[in-house]
Amino acid sequence: MIKLHYQSIIVQTVCSLLIPFIQLFALYVIIHGHYGPGGGFQGGVLLAVSIILQRLYLGNKISYQKFPPKLALTLGAVGMLIFGFAGVVPMAFGGAFLDYGYLPFFWVHDAELRALGILIVEIGIGLAVFGTLVLIFDNLVGERW
Amino acid sequence: MKWFNALIMLLFVALMLYATVGLPDHADPQAPANVHVSPTYIEDSVADTHTPNVVTAVLADYRGYDTLGETVVIFTAGLACVLILMKRKNK
Repeated sequence: MIKLHYQSIIVQTVCSLLIPFIQLFALYVIIHGHYGPGGGFQGGVLLAVSIILQRLYLGNKISYQKFPPKLALTLGAVGMLIFGFAGVVPMAFGGAFLDYGYLPFFWVHDAELRALGILIVEIGIGLAVFGTLVLIFDNLVGERW
Repeated sequence: MKWFNALIMLLFVALMLYATVGLPDHADPQAPANVHVSPTYIEDSVADTHTPNVVTAVLADYRGYDTLGETVVIFTAGLACVLILMKRKNK
């Protein structure tokens, strides 16, 4: 049995049950941004909250093994890169900057392609916000990593 | 010098107050933004992007450049946090 930060069985059980559902809801908010309220920013915040809750109830030592802080930095940068490539790649195929109609997915067309581009951009925003918030939390806690 | 700066500030305040006279009223349906841009977004966004949520269509497609800037701002804030707060190894 690993030694946890909080010894209370109630806190452990509730948090470990809650985290997967928070993450699932975050993915739903990101993917469902086309049809309802939500999108990359909100979903990214929800994902970050699940990791921060894990940090709070597991303690830093175990939580850093499950989700290392450097991974948060990497994911944030990857999210920014996804957004950047969604802007630059259409330029290589004859469109303008951020013109999703020219993304190189040749089996979808026009409006469908623009919807796909919006989805790609939302995923990029979600990753960037997620990584940034976890990063800010880890640095404010102030342990060396 | 202090009075001179205060005078310039007062002149700017007067200029801004004068400029607000020319602005359209709040929620005026005949304002240029409401007769030109907004109806186009509301009418064309579903046909253009197949996205029923107009907010998402405007945010990520029509105004994608703005959203790119916002995301860069957030990520830069995170990087600044890392640079300022990260514990370095003491000598």
